[in-house]
Amino acid sequence: MPDTSSDRIDVTYVADLARLRLSPEETAVFQKQLGDVLGYVDQLAQVDVSHVSLLGDADLKNRLRADEVRPSLPVAEALANAPRQDNNLFVVPKIID
Amino acid sequence: MDITSLTILELRQKLAAGALRPREIVDQLADRVTAVDSKLKAYLHLDLDKSRAEADAANITLPLGGIPIAVKDVINVKGAPCTCASKILQGYTAPYDATVIRKLREAGAVLFGRTNMDEFAMGSSTENSSWGVTRNPWDLDRIPGGSSGGSAAAVAGHEAFAALGTDTGGSIRQPAALCSCVGLKPTYGRVSRYGLVAFASSLDQIGVFTKTVEEAALLLEIIAGYDPLDNTSIDRPVPKYTAALGRGVRGLRLGVPKEYFVDGMDPEVEKAIRTAIDEYKKQGAEIVEISLPHTQYAVAVYYIIATAECSANLARFDGVRYGKRAQNPKDILDMYGRTRAEGFGAEVKRRIILGTYVLSSGYYDAYYNRAQKVRQLIGEDFRLAFEKCDALLTPTSPTPAFKIGERTADPLQMYLADIFTIAVNLAGICGVSIPCGFTSNKLPIGLQIIGPKWGEETMLRVAHAFEQATPWHKEKPPL
Amino acid sequence: MTDFFKNNLNMMAIAPLPATDYEAVIGLEVHVQLKTNTKMFCSCLNEFGGATNSHTCPVCLGLPGVLPVPNEEAIVKTVLTGEMLGCQIATRCKFDRKNYFYPDMPKNYQISQYDEPLCLGGAVTLDLLAYPKDVQKNESTVIDKPVRLVRIHLEEDVAKSFHFDDGTSGIDFNRAGTPLMEIVSEADMSTPEEAFAYLSALKQILIYGGVSDADMEKGQMRCDVNVSIRPKGQKEFGTKCELKNLNSISGVRRALKYEIARQIDVITSGGSIEQQTRRWDDDKGETTLMRTKEKAHDYRYFPDPDIQPVRTDHGLYDQAIKEMPELPKAKKARLVQQFGVTTYQAGVLASDAALADYFEKAAAPKPANGSAVANFLLNDFLATTTGDETLPKVAPEFFAELAELAGSGQINSKQAKEVFAQMIATGKSPAALVKELGLAQVSDVGALEAFCDQAIAANPKSVADFKAGKQNAVNALKGQVMKLSKGTANPQLVGEILIKKLSA
Ligand SMILES: [Mg+2]
Ligand SMILES: [Zn+2]
Repeated sequence: MPDTSSDRIDVTYVADLARLRLSPEETAVFQKQLGDVLGYVDQLAQVDVSHVSLLGDADLKNRLRADEVRPSLPVAEALANAPRQDNNLFVVPKIID
Repeated sequence: MDITSLTILELRQKLAAGALRPREIVDQLADRVTAVDSKLKAYLHLDLDKSRAEADAANITLPLGGIPIAVKDVINVKGAPCTCASKILQGYTAPYDATVIRKLREAGAVLFGRTNMDEFAMGSSTENSSWGVTRNPWDLDRIPGGSSGGSAAAVAGHEAFAALGTDTGGSIRQPAALCSCVGLKPTYGRVSRYGLVAFASSLDQIGVFTKTVEEAALLLEIIAGYDPLDNTSIDRPVPKYTAALGRGVRGLRLGVPKEYFVDGMDPEVEKAIRTAIDEYKKQGAEIVEISLPHTQYAVAVYYIIATAECSANLARFDGVRYGKRAQNPKDILDMYGRTRAEGFGAEVKRRIILGTYVLSSGYYDAYYNRAQKVRQLIGEDFRLAFEKCDALLTPTSPTPAFKIGERTADPLQMYLADIFTIAVNLAGICGVSIPCGFTSNKLPIGLQIIGPKWGEETMLRVAHAFEQATPWHKEKPPL
Repeated sequence: MTDFFKNNLNMMAIAPLPATDYEAVIGLEVHVQLKTNTKMFCSCLNEFGGATNSHTCPVCLGLPGVLPVPNEEAIVKTVLTGEMLGCQIATRCKFDRKNYFYPDMPKNYQISQYDEPLCLGGAVTLDLLAYPKDVQKNESTVIDKPVRLVRIHLEEDVAKSFHFDDGTSGIDFNRAGTPLMEIVSEADMSTPEEAFAYLSALKQILIYGGVSDADMEKGQMRCDVNVSIRPKGQKEFGTKCELKNLNSISGVRRALKYEIARQIDVITSGGSIEQQTRRWDDDKGETTLMRTKEKAHDYRYFPDPDIQPVRTDHGLYDQAIKEMPELPKAKKARLVQQFGVTTYQAGVLASDAALADYFEKAAAPKPANGSAVANFLLNDFLATTTGDETLPKVAPEFFAELAELAGSGQINSKQAKEVFAQMIATGKSPAALVKELGLAQVSDVGALEAFCDQAIAANPKSVADFKAGKQNAVNALKGQVMKLSKGTANPQLVGEILIKKLSA
């Protein structure tokens, strides 16, 4: 486990990964609160998990979908919630690669 | 005649006898909402015209024919809003019905109102709603619990006969306990999640709030079952849960996990639970002490797995296809960043950040992977426990309802409110909270009965036996 | 390889060698659209084109509350692909979420497979015919080289975006959620021609299995190329560049040729290669910088909790095996055996499943005519056809008819060529054309005897030569008969009649 200081999580970096634009105040508050939470979850390091396998569920039964077409939404309904649309396309600010 | 205090079963008798029409039920319920919801704020949306139309068209020979059911605002109903109490879904209209809604309609139910909740079901107090706090019907200065606080308050305040809620870490059982009603969380995979806006996919389960155990059994019969649209629902016959009731507890072994009676628990809560255990003893159940040794890790495991899953589940709220979009975005990154910053409340942001962090490069093994392994150990604890007993008895919440605002500054303290309910979700088993008394200042206390996977019948039978022998479920809040 | 190591490699590469002392290291990541009826996780139609956003539903639009359910046929087709390519098929696999934000991705995570892909290992064999025609005879062409595969996994495709001049983009979600197979090769290729052969051979297999039409122009097969160079004999890889926007197999070859030369040029002129993503411009014939190595992606993969792991040993594998087609090698051997075609003909036929099918239909009525049918198909049709047609537009029965007309002597080979050309051009049947053009070979003995008598009378010298023992003299007379009959005489019969008459 990482060290236990409260600034071990880089809230600015993580918020950027999550596409959340935080204010400096929010960042500072979260930095402290999440530091506390991470300190609390550190107790998991005490648990011996060496014998635990995550493959589990031996009674696994495939529940797959047959390749059969069902009706799609009417185009107008598909676009009904779009914040912005044009010519039956969802419109967003330009995507740059 | 005030019918809002009746149970679904009593309503059905009156409907069958011709003493009541579905339309009158909706009208009286609407009157009750008008009278008390300005205090409780249990509902977010009501479409009374639609509910009345459904009542007029109701076929009362169906199992729920003409019975109004309230729905937590996290379940999609075609043509209705579904905001999840979040600004980011403002203006969204669902183009489809969740599977549980389809099943309710097929059973003849009338959909009545959307109940308040913590934003995206993240919280234990309903204080995280973007549209205001729901109040506890027993003390308007206190929280109703959460995240399904609106559903619990509506049923306890007789603004609804029954309501759907969702339970990811206790979000049905805890508010049921704090508001004094029955709150049932089924086994994971028992009820389809299709149409439920996901918080934490491996933990979420839809369940019900009712006044009595029998009503909960009836509703579960209707909403349970395999759904080809939910790959995690299980293809297993649905028992007639109502038929399991009334057989008493003689011969059953009921386990009391010692880890659930810890320092820091409210003494009045502990006393009520001990009294309930004695009641079961009196009725002929054998009480056995059980150990669930990994209990202390449940909250930590939960806040890693639930937040990890939510960080991905909530990525879709980006302003592209539906919901809110920030004004005049400069470019796509600006649109994402501001839409999500403006659309989500603080708790949601906190959890997304925590979940993103525990999955991020270099931390996955230490947090997410380890939490999954400890989760297995917690499940194993319960599996072993149920070799020794038929159901477990625990408090639902370590304390009665706390004051609004009391814990908002300290998320960790808030997270610990779910200490007795979370492990049930992690293990994928079932649990129900039923009224089991009041504190000296008349705040409800809930008893949690936990069953093994697919153990709803026994669990409900145990709950029913207590309910029949005690007066708590008949008490009405002073509204 | 760590960044540290890569950076140091760059620094080590300061002493430039002559250009010929470098070799390229090439690895391909190929995305293949599966030919299923429906999308990967919902029941919307999986179809190219269609009115914008007409093949969408709550699931593939990523609406709140929806859940994915995997398409069984997509899994079967992926297992089949793995089986055709000699992969190890996992008995259990799972789906994972790959997290990144992009407007063409409805959930802002892609359901993919991370550490438990359906197929591991396997190889694509570069047979001779998979190489570009112009290098098939080169000595340096390595025939039957296996290019090892790392893995094949199944995932969902993203939507299509259109970019407008007003600074906005429009998104069509019809393609979002369609099944996509990702095939990752080892960096086993060292020339652009090998990359070309790899893609051709892979495409052939995919078509064979009915798994995909694998048309790069239509985006059914898309590939990312990783290429680096290193001094020959060096084990470590150089810094690689990734090439994008490759829309045809020959485009991949051209792009690689350019890029390898560019990298060698950078190194030999004392520079070093920077890790980049470069865009191929097929019109200009050059790669241009798209972006330099950005901050590493952090995809935060984790198992998708909405989807149960899948067991291929519970029926799926057996189903895939049932759909296993005859593979090119087996087909080649069978064509030789069954229709008496040459090994080379069989190889060319088997290199294209549709062509082989066409051939078999044409040859089936009379397997003994197989070789003649193959000749018409390969020499007369394929060798002369221009453009993209890979199959004749006429019914295979016409080839059978033509081969029979020629084989039974009803028309001669020269006439057959004429009929063939007309058949392709007009779509008329060979029998109809023979009649229309008056080409029917004259086999009427009475009519032929009259021509023969005429020829004998007009060519006393040839007659004398024959009688003096010059057997070949009969050919001159035969030529005369053919001339007299305007080419319609059955040459074989004419020969027989002449010899009979001259020997009398
Ligand atoms: Mg991919
Ligand atoms: Zn769809």
